[in-house]
Amino acid sequence: MTVEPAPGVPLAFDPDSLAIAMIGVHKWYGAFHVLRNINLDVRRGERIVICGPSGSGKSTLIRCINRLEEHQQGSIVVDGVELTADLKRIDTVRRDVGMVFQQFNLFPHLTILENCTLAPIWVKKMPKREAEELAMRLLTRVKIPEQAGKYPGQLSGGQQQRVAIARALCMNPKIMLFDEPTSALDPEMVKEVLDTMTGLAQDGMTMIVVTHEMGFAREIADRVVFMDNGEIVEINAPKEFFENPQHERTKLFLSQILH
Amino acid sequence: MTDARLDVLAAYVRVAPEPILPAPIFSRGVLAWTRANLFSSWISGALTLVSLALCLWLVPPLIAWATIDAVWSAPDGALCRAHQDGACWAFIAQKMDYFRYGSYPQTERWRVDLTEIVGAALVVWLLWPRAPRRAIGAALFFIAFPILAFILLRGSDWFDLPIVDTVLWGGIFVSLLTALVGIVFSLPLGVLLALGRRSHLPVVKLASVIYIEFVRGVPFITVLFMANFMLPLFLPEGWAPDRLLRPLVGTVLFAAAYMAEEVRGGLQSINKGQFEGAMALGLNFWRMMGLVILPQALTLVIPGIVNTFIGLFKDTTLVSVVGLLDFLATVENAFKDTVWIGPTIAPTGYAFAALFYFVFCFAMSRYQAYMERRLGRGRRR
Ligand SMILES: Nc1ncnc2c1ncn2[C@@H]1O[C@H](COP(=O)(O)OP(=O)(O)OP(=O)(O)O)[C@@H](O)[C@H]1O
Ligand SMILES: [Mg+2]
Repeated sequence: MTVEPAPGVPLAFDPDSLAIAMIGVHKWYGAFHVLRNINLDVRRGERIVICGPSGSGKSTLIRCINRLEEHQQGSIVVDGVELTADLKRIDTVRRDVGMVFQQFNLFPHLTILENCTLAPIWVKKMPKREAEELAMRLLTRVKIPEQAGKYPGQLSGGQQQRVAIARALCMNPKIMLFDEPTSALDPEMVKEVLDTMTGLAQDGMTMIVVTHEMGFAREIADRVVFMDNGEIVEINAPKEFFENPQHERTKLFLSQILH
Repeated sequence: MTDARLDVLAAYVRVAPEPILPAPIFSRGVLAWTRANLFSSWISGALTLVSLALCLWLVPPLIAWATIDAVWSAPDGALCRAHQDGACWAFIAQKMDYFRYGSYPQTERWRVDLTEIVGAALVVWLLWPRAPRRAIGAALFFIAFPILAFILLRGSDWFDLPIVDTVLWGGIFVSLLTALVGIVFSLPLGVLLALGRRSHLPVVKLASVIYIEFVRGVPFITVLFMANFMLPLFLPEGWAPDRLLRPLVGTVLFAAAYMAEEVRGGLQSINKGQFEGAMALGLNFWRMMGLVILPQALTLVIPGIVNTFIGLFKDTTLVSVVGLLDFLATVENAFKDTVWIGPTIAPTGYAFAALFYFVFCFAMSRYQAYMERRLGRGRRR
C-alpha cells in the first residue's frame, strides 16, 4: 500500500491484490440499460467513493457486487470468486462482503444484540456465547454497547446506522459496501456515522462507499468514481477529482453540489 | 384593562409559575365519560336509551331462564317437562359423559382424560410467553404429544391398551382433536403455500395459486366430502385412511388455503429492505424466511390467523356430515333420548353447545389481543 499507482490507470493484473474486479459489466432492467460497460478494479484495502446524480446507477452497481442485483453481461470477481447464478458462490461472496443500507434495514423484531449475532450464529455456526462476545466488542467499537438489549425502534437514526455497521462487521467481512449510509439521517447524526466509517477506513478495510458527503470523500477516498447515466464517467484521486475534474459532466455535477 | 394589554404587547418576563389547576368537573370522572360516550349527541343519547331498554327487556328473562327457572337436577325428563319456562340443566348433567366421550368405552375413558390433561398442559406451556424452556414445550407438543395421543386414544398392544375403534370416538374430545389438528397443521401448510404463491419458480407458483383459489372457491362441506370419498382413490389399495383421518385431512387442507392468504398478506407488508438486509448477511432463503421475514409477517397478521382459527374451530361442527360424532352431533343425538324428551331439551342443549364454543373462541380472541399488545411493545418506531 506504499507504492501508489496512478489513479484510474488499470492495474497490472495480479489476482491476489484485487478485492473486486468488474470487467465489462452490463445490466438491464427490462429494456432499460442501467449499467453500461462498467470496468472497475478495487485493490485490497482500497477506499472507493462513488458519486453521481440520482438515478445514475450507483446503487445498482454496488448491489451487483454482493448479487442483490444480477448482471447480464461481463464478469464480477469478488475476492477471487466469480459471481454466477451458482448459489454456493453467491453465499461465499455474501459471507465476505458486508453491506450497509441507506434505510439501515435492521430487523425490528430482534434486539440490537440479536441483530448482530444472527448471521454469525446461523451462517458461520458460531456458538452463541462467542457470537455475543464478538457482537459486544463490535458494538463497543461503534460506541453503543449500552444499547445492546434495546430494539432498533428505540434508537436514533445515527445509532441504528452504527448498529447496522456493527452487524455487518460481525461477519468479519473482507469488503464493506455502503449505499448512502448517511442520507436518511438528521444532520446532527451524520458525523457520528462518518466517524465510524473513517475509523474503519483507518483500520485498512476495503470499502466502496456511495455517498454525497464530499468532505468524507476528500478525506478518506483513495479514488473517487463519478457515474452518470449508467456509465463510469471519471475515476480519479480525490484531490484531482475535486480540484481539476476532467470531464464536462463531472464539472457540471461538482458545480451543482459544491455550490 | 387597556393598560394591562399594552403591557403584554410591550415585553414580558415570567416571575412566578402559572398554577397547575384540576380539570373542571364536567371534563373528568364518570360524568365526563358518560357524556362523551353515551350522550355526546341526541342520536347517541337515543341509541343509549334504546339499548338500555332492549337489555332490560331481554337480559333478565334470559338469566331467569338459565338460573332460577331452570331444573338443575332430576333423574329424568318429567320435572323438565313440568317447568317449561326454564332450562333443563339436569339433562346436560346426565349426558355430560356422552358429550365428552361419545361411545368411547367407559373403562377406557381415563385415556381420553389423560390425553386432554397432557395436551392442555402443553398448550399452556407453549402459549405462555414467560414459561421456561418453551423450545422443549414445543418439541414435546409437536412430536411427543401426537405419538402419545395416538397410542392412548387408539390403543396399542405393546402397552397393553385395548384398541378403541374410531367409530366409537365422539363428543368434545373429537371436536378438540379436529380443531387442534386443523390449527397445528394448517399454519405450516399455509405458510408453505403462501411462499409458493410468491415463488419465482412458475410451476410452484401456479400450483399454489390453483390450490388456494380452488379450495377458497368451494364450500367446506364439499372439501369434506371430497376428502372422504376421493382420498381413498388416490392411495394404493389397502391404504384406505381411517374414517376419522379423512375429515381431519379435509379440515387441514381447507384451512391451509385461508391461512395461506393471511400469511401472504403479512409477507407483502414486509419491507423489501428486510429481505435485502438478510440476504446481504449471507442468510439463505429458508433462514431468511424463518428468522427474519416470517416472525415479522406472522406477527402482523395474528388477528387474521386467529380469525381463521376461530372459524376453523366452529367449522369442525361440519365434520358430522361425513359421519364423525363431534360435540354438537352428540348433543343433537342426545335429544332423541325418550327418557328426556320435552320442549326445553333442545334449547338447553343448544345453549350449552353455544356456551362451549363461545368459551373457546373467546379465549382465542383474548389471547390474540394479549399477544398483539405484547409483541407491539418495544417495536414502536
Ligand atoms: N428494480 C428496478 N426496476 C426498474 N428500474 C430500476 C429498478 N431499480 C432501479 N431502477 C432504475 O435504474 C436507475 C438506476 O437506479 P439506482 O438506484 O442504481 O440509482 P442511484 O444512482 O443509486 O440513484 P440515487 O442516488 O437516487 O440512489 C434509475 O433510473 C432507476 O429508476
Ligand atoms: Mg441509490
